[in-house]
Amino acid sequence: MAGQYINLLASILLLLAFAMLSQRRIKSLINLFMIQGMTLVANTVVIASTTGQTHLYYSALLTLTLKVVILPWILYRMIRQLNVEWDVETLINIPSTMLVGIAIVIISFNLALPISHLAGTITRGTIGIAMACVLLSLLMMITRSKAISQVIGFLSMENGLFFAATSTTYGMPMVVELGVALDVLVGVLILGVFFFQIREKFESLDLKHLEKTEEE
Amino acid sequence: MNGLPMDLIVSAALFWIALGLVGLVAQKKPSFVRNAIFPLGALAGAIVAVSAFFSSGVETAVSFLGLPDLPFHLRLDSLSAFFLFILGSATFGISLYATGYFRNEEKHIGTLCLEYHVFLAAMTFVLLADDAFLFMVSWEAMALSSYFLVTTDHKIPEIRRAGFIYLLMAHVGAISILLYFGSMGGDYGFDAMRKTHLSGMQATFAFLLAFFGFGAKAGMLPLHVWLPEAHPAAPSPVSALMSGVMLKTAVYGLLRVLFDLLHMQVWWWGVVILATGLSTALFGAVFSAVQSDMKRLLAYSSVENIGIIFVGIGLTVIFKAYAMNSLAALALVATLYHCLNHAFFKSLLFLCTGSVLHATGERNLGKLGGLIHKMPWVAWTALIGSLAIAGLPPLNGFVSEWLLLQAFLFTPGLPHSYLNMLIPVAAAALVLTGAAAGYVMVKFYGIIFLGQPREEKLREAKSSGKWERAGFLWLAAGCVLLGLVPFFVIDHLAGVSNFLVGASLENRDWLFLAPISSERASYSPLLFLIVTLSAIGLAFIAVRRFYHGRVRREIPWNCGYPVWNARMQDTSEGFGQPIRQIFDPFFKVGRELPSPFDSKPRYSAKTEDKFWYWIYIPFGRAAEYFAGLFGKIQQGRILVYLLYNFVTLIVLLLIVQ
Repeated sequence: MAGQYINLLASILLLLAFAMLSQRRIKSLINLFMIQGMTLVANTVVIASTTGQTHLYYSALLTLTLKVVILPWILYRMIRQLNVEWDVETLINIPSTMLVGIAIVIISFNLALPISHLAGTITRGTIGIAMACVLLSLLMMITRSKAISQVIGFLSMENGLFFAATSTTYGMPMVVELGVALDVLVGVLILGVFFFQIREKFESLDLKHLEKTEEE
Repeated sequence: MNGLPMDLIVSAALFWIALGLVGLVAQKKPSFVRNAIFPLGALAGAIVAVSAFFSSGVETAVSFLGLPDLPFHLRLDSLSAFFLFILGSATFGISLYATGYFRNEEKHIGTLCLEYHVFLAAMTFVLLADDAFLFMVSWEAMALSSYFLVTTDHKIPEIRRAGFIYLLMAHVGAISILLYFGSMGGDYGFDAMRKTHLSGMQATFAFLLAFFGFGAKAGMLPLHVWLPEAHPAAPSPVSALMSGVMLKTAVYGLLRVLFDLLHMQVWWWGVVILATGLSTALFGAVFSAVQSDMKRLLAYSSVENIGIIFVGIGLTVIFKAYAMNSLAALALVATLYHCLNHAFFKSLLFLCTGSVLHATGERNLGKLGGLIHKMPWVAWTALIGSLAIAGLPPLNGFVSEWLLLQAFLFTPGLPHSYLNMLIPVAAAALVLTGAAAGYVMVKFYGIIFLGQPREEKLREAKSSGKWERAGFLWLAAGCVLLGLVPFFVIDHLAGVSNFLVGASLENRDWLFLAPISSERASYSPLLFLIVTLSAIGLAFIAVRRFYHGRVRREIPWNCGYPVWNARMQDTSEGFGQPIRQIFDPFFKVGRELPSPFDSKPRYSAKTEDKFWYWIYIPFGRAAEYFAGLFGKIQQGRILVYLLYNFVTLIVLLLIVQ
C-alpha cells in the first residue's frame, strides 16, 4: 500500500520536473518549486510512517520549513524587488527540450537498475526517478538564461538529490541533512546578493551580459 | 666526526636562507647588505666545501621540515659530497666577487640578495635530497630563484624574453624528472627506488625521462636554447653560478639516476648519451666561435663543456654495462674532474666579463679591445681561465680532457664490433672540439684584452675593486692548483667511483699521473711546469745575452703603417669567419654589409641557431594551433559550460554503467 503512495508521489515529482522544464514564467516556476517541496515532504512522511524511522519526521519538518516556506518566500520577495515578477522567458524550442528530457529519463532508469537491485528499501523503484529529477534540473539550468531560473534549477536539483537519498537509504544522517539545508539557505541568500549586483551592473538579469567574461 | 659534515652543510644552507632574509629586511642599507652579507655567504660556501671535502661514508638524516607524515630525507654520500664541494668552493669565490660587483645594483639589492642566497640553499638541498619530494621542491626552488635572478633587469624586454624561455625549459625538464620519479615504482624515497627492480622496458623508459629532464637543465642539444639567452641576461656572478654550479646539479642528477637509483645500465643508453654529448660539444664549440657577445660566447662554451661531460658519462655507462669497471672508473673520474674544472674556469671567465662589463658597459666584442693595460688584474686572471678552458697544460682543463681521451683509447677493447669501430671516431670529434675551444679562447681573450681599444671610452676603463680581485684570485688559484696536483683530486674521487661503478683508479705516484699503468701513459704537470719555465728562462737569458739590445717600443698591431687606427684590427666577426664558412650549414646568418659611401662603415653578421627553426618555432606553432582549437570550446557562456558539465556527466554515467 505504502509502496503505491510512494510511486505516486515519485511520478508527481517527475511530472513537476517536466513542468519546470517547460514553464516560462518565473513566478510559476517558484510555485512549481514549492509544490515539489511539498511532494518531498509528503514522500518523507509516508516513508517515515511505513518504516518507523523517526528521524525522517524531523527531516520532513526541516524540508517543510525550508523548501516550502522559507526559500519560496525569499524567492518571491526577490522577484518582487527585482521587478521580474511577470517576466516571461523565451525558451528555445520546448518540444525538443521535452524529447531530450525523455531520453534522459530513459537513461536514468537504465542507470538506476543495478543500484535498485542492490538497495533493500521499499522505495527502490524510485531511484531512477530521483536520478532523472537531478538530470532534468540540470537540463533546465542549461536551457534558461535568467539568473533566477538557474538558481531555481539548482535548488530543484538539490530536491532530486534529497529524494534520491531518502529512497535509497532512508535519508542521510541528521547532521548531514542539517548541514545541507543550511548550505542551501546560505547559498540562496548569497545568490540573492549577486542578483542585485548583476542587476545594478547590467540593468538586467540575463546571463548573456556575463558572457563578456571570456578571455579576449 | 660522524654526522658533523652533514650538520654543517645543512646549517650553512639554512644560514644562507637567513642571510637572504636579513638582506631583504635591511635593503634600505645597501652597503651593509653588500659588505656584510655577501662575505658571510662566501664564508658559508667555504664551510660547505670544507665539510664536503672531509665527509666520509654515507650519512642520512630525516629533517624536521616537510609535510606531516612526509618528512624530508637527507643523505650525504661521496657523490653528493663531491658536488657539494664544487658548489661550496665555487660559491666562495663568486660571493666574494659579488660583494664588489653588486655595488652598481644597489637599487634592488634586497631582493637580489634574497634570491641569490635562496638559490644557493636550493642547490645545496638538491644535492642533499634523499627523496623525490625534497628533490623536486628544491629543484623548483632553484629554478624559480634563478629565474628571478636572470630577470633582475626585468625592464628590458629581451631579458624578460630570456627569462621566459629559461623558465619554460626549466619546467619542461622538471615535468620530465617528475615523470621519471613516478615511473620508479611509486615510492617517493630514494631508498625504495634503489630496491626497485624495473624490467628492461620500464628501466629504459625511466632512463629516457631522466635523461631528457636533466638534459634540459644541463643544456644538452637540442634543449640548449635557454642557455645562450639566460646567461647573458643575468648579472655576471649569477651567470657564473648558473653555468659553473647549477648546470652541475643536472649532471649530478643524471649520475645519481644512472648509477645509484637504477639498478642496471644498458650499453646503448651510453651510446645515446655519448652521441648527444658529442653533438652538443661540437655544436657549442662551433657556435661559440661565431658569437660577438662575450657572455653569449661563454654560454655556448658552457654548452660545449656540458657536452664533454656527457660524453664522459656515456663512456662510463658503456664500460659499466660491459662490466669493465676500472675503465668505467677512469671515464667517471675524467667526467667528475671536468665538472670541477668547469666550475672553476667558467665561473672565473664569467666574473671577468662582469668586470669588463662594469668598466666599459659593453658586451659586444666588436667594441672592446686593449683592456690589458687598463685592467691588468682581470686580464691576467682571465688569461689563466682562458688557458685552462682551452685545455692547455699545466692547467686543470688539460688534466680532465687528457683523462677522458685516455679512457677513449681503451674503447677498442669493448666486446662489440660496431662500438669499438665507431667510438674512436667520437674521440676524434672530441679532439676537434678541444681545438675549436682553443680557437674560441684565442678570440675571446685576444679581442677583449689585446690590441687597441676599439672605442674611445675604453681608455677610461677602471680596474676592478679588491673584493673582485679576491674572487678572481681564488678561482684562478683553483685552476692552477687543480692542474698541478691532480693526484690529490683523483685520490679523493676514488670514493665516488667506488660508490658508483665499483672500482677506482690505482694511482700511487703523487708526481706522475698514470691512470691505468705507467707503461701506457703518464703525465706530470709539475715536471711540465718546471721544464716550461726553465725553457722560457733559458730563452730569455739567451736573448738578453745575444741580442744587440736596441729596443724600439711601438703600438701593438701597428705593422709598420704610418697611419693606424683601432679599426684596422681583426674583428670578432672576422675572427669567427673561417668557422662560419666551414660549418655554414649549421647557421642561419644575417649579414649587414656597409655601403661603399659610408664614411664610418660597420660590418655585422648575426648568426642564429637553426634549432629555433627546426624544432622550437614549429613546436610553438603547433601548440598555438591546438590551443586555438581548444579555445573554440571556450565560449564564455555559462549555459554552454553547464552543457559541457551535463554531457560529460551523462557520458561518464553511461561508461560506468
